[in-house]
Amino acid sequence: MIKHNTVILDPDKCKGCITCMKRCPTEAIRVRNGKASVMYERCIGCGECVRLCPHQAKLPSYDPFDIIKDYKYKIALPAPSLYGQFENLTNVDYVLNGLLEIGFDDVYEVGRGANLCSELTKILFDRESFKKPVISTACPAILDLILVRFHELKPHLLELLAPVDIAAKLAIKRALDRGIPREDIGVFFISPCPAKVFALKQGIGVDKPYVNGVLSASEVYMQLLPVMKTVQLKPLTKLSVQGISWASSGGEAANCSREKYLAADGIENVIKVLNALEDGQLRNIEFIELNACVGGCVGGVMNVENPFVAKARIRELRRKLPLRFNELADEGQSLDFYKWERVPELKDVYALSTDRVTAMKKMMEIEKIFKNLPHRDCGMCGAPSCRAFAEDLVNGVIPSDSKCMYKDYDE
Amino acid sequence: MSDVIHLEFDVAGNNFVSAGTATNQVKDTLRNLGIPNQDVRRIAIAMYEAEINMVIHACGGKATADIYADKIEVVLEDHGKGIENIELAMQPGWSTASEDIRGLGFGAGMGLPNIKKYTDEFKIESEVGKGTKVYLRVNFS
Ligand SMILES: Nc1ncnc2c1ncn2[C@@H]1O[C@H](COP(=O)(O)OP(=O)(O)O)[C@@H](O)[C@H]1O
Ligand code: SF4
Ligand SMILES: [Mg+2]
Repeated sequence: MIKHNTVILDPDKCKGCITCMKRCPTEAIRVRNGKASVMYERCIGCGECVRLCPHQAKLPSYDPFDIIKDYKYKIALPAPSLYGQFENLTNVDYVLNGLLEIGFDDVYEVGRGANLCSELTKILFDRESFKKPVISTACPAILDLILVRFHELKPHLLELLAPVDIAAKLAIKRALDRGIPREDIGVFFISPCPAKVFALKQGIGVDKPYVNGVLSASEVYMQLLPVMKTVQLKPLTKLSVQGISWASSGGEAANCSREKYLAADGIENVIKVLNALEDGQLRNIEFIELNACVGGCVGGVMNVENPFVAKARIRELRRKLPLRFNELADEGQSLDFYKWERVPELKDVYALSTDRVTAMKKMMEIEKIFKNLPHRDCGMCGAPSCRAFAEDLVNGVIPSDSKCMYKDYDE
Repeated sequence: MSDVIHLEFDVAGNNFVSAGTATNQVKDTLRNLGIPNQDVRRIAIAMYEAEINMVIHACGGKATADIYADKIEVVLEDHGKGIENIELAMQPGWSTASEDIRGLGFGAGMGLPNIKKYTDEFKIESEVGKGTKVYLRVNFS
């Protein structure tokens, strides 16, 4: 079985440069024995290290395309961002029919799930007494960031399934209605990012995963390109402007029915917004959309195209689409069908100990070591900062005789 | 007698981009100590307001945080223009912030009242022309 971590290292390509380690937003990377190594319990799957590695040594983890052959009835769930990858695409049906051509038996657009999410958000805003501002939970890297680092903000989370889970549930239902046996159905998301791969394989907010495999947008793109030119166009799409807009930053927020919203993208910007919210600075905002990738999901590291080009293409495609669909009425499901089945748990990765007195002792030890380090944050010791080095020493994750090359911290 | 973690910060005046840095570092430390969420939130709000006041109304200053097993004490001290009438300054909505500052989204006059609301103890001393010293304490649940 493939172990699904978010990112994997190609040790032959890794030069042990400290680029990824210095920029990891959760300080999850160390350089050990000249190679980058990920502390997976801290990794949120944002893909920054994949994006930044100058040697292409960091690879996103995803399923090989052939995994679809394990199932008799294969359903593709294309992300809205996929449509932005193709030059001169005039009609999304080329993509959908192309997916049928390369081996899928059915296609259910995640954009439809997104359209439903927008409809649901509007209804829930009117019905429920949300803790404002409500924070979108569609980007799993951000959801994970909040669960590991911004525990105080958990009550703000929008407790809705992500568009892809909604699409998966409805696609499975449609297949069952067509008389396909449950065990024959395989559901595959075509993903822009490793965060979605990890989240969907684990099942976040759901009792158990609905998706059987997560494919990379670039790999599927390579399969689609040759068939799309000649494919027979059957009308399949049920995409709306509201649904496809989720491909780029601001698209979800613009459709949440509230005027006072904020949309931030890029993991560093997102962290600033979350800190500001925690400090009580965002008192008038009602809805916050956050995307780990610059530009939103079009910026995902498993895409082909530059995020800004993809965004421009999607804007062009939008002009031909209906504004929105009222699919809630058509689907006839109760609101609970779309809500979290299980509330994800907070992760205690930063506490030095569950016992406060022990944690205090460790912290004082860290402060003592840190005070005597040169504060250059040079990364030569294999930790992203002098403070992280002191923490690693006290946590015992590095040998107690590890040295700072500038200074002997043992007085 | 009991163990204490002592942190010190310089807060730069008129630097809105870095405002909140000291508060963020205190939050990180409290996270490392596993302090309950609601307490981290209270200290975050109170300390941020006091920190931003030093940025806007004084020309920066120093902040110290002392963290004990059962409480955190923060002192923010500046050598700015000081507060003429503390009672007035404590009134919700009272602000001497300029139009420019308000344009940046600051100066709603809720800072000091919020500090009082979110802390277990709050003291403020100020002398016109000399500076201001704010003390705040949050007990951990
Ligand atoms: N550190 C300080 N130095 C000088 N004046 C201050 C300081 N902190 C607060 N003040 C004064 O108290 C007033 C009220 O403060 P506050 O309630 O935080 O509202 P605001 O900062 O929005 O004006 C300020 O407008 C200012 O005149
Ligand atoms: S912004 Fe989109 S593409 Fe990027 S990590 Fe989040 S869900 Fe994935
Ligand atoms: Mg203020």
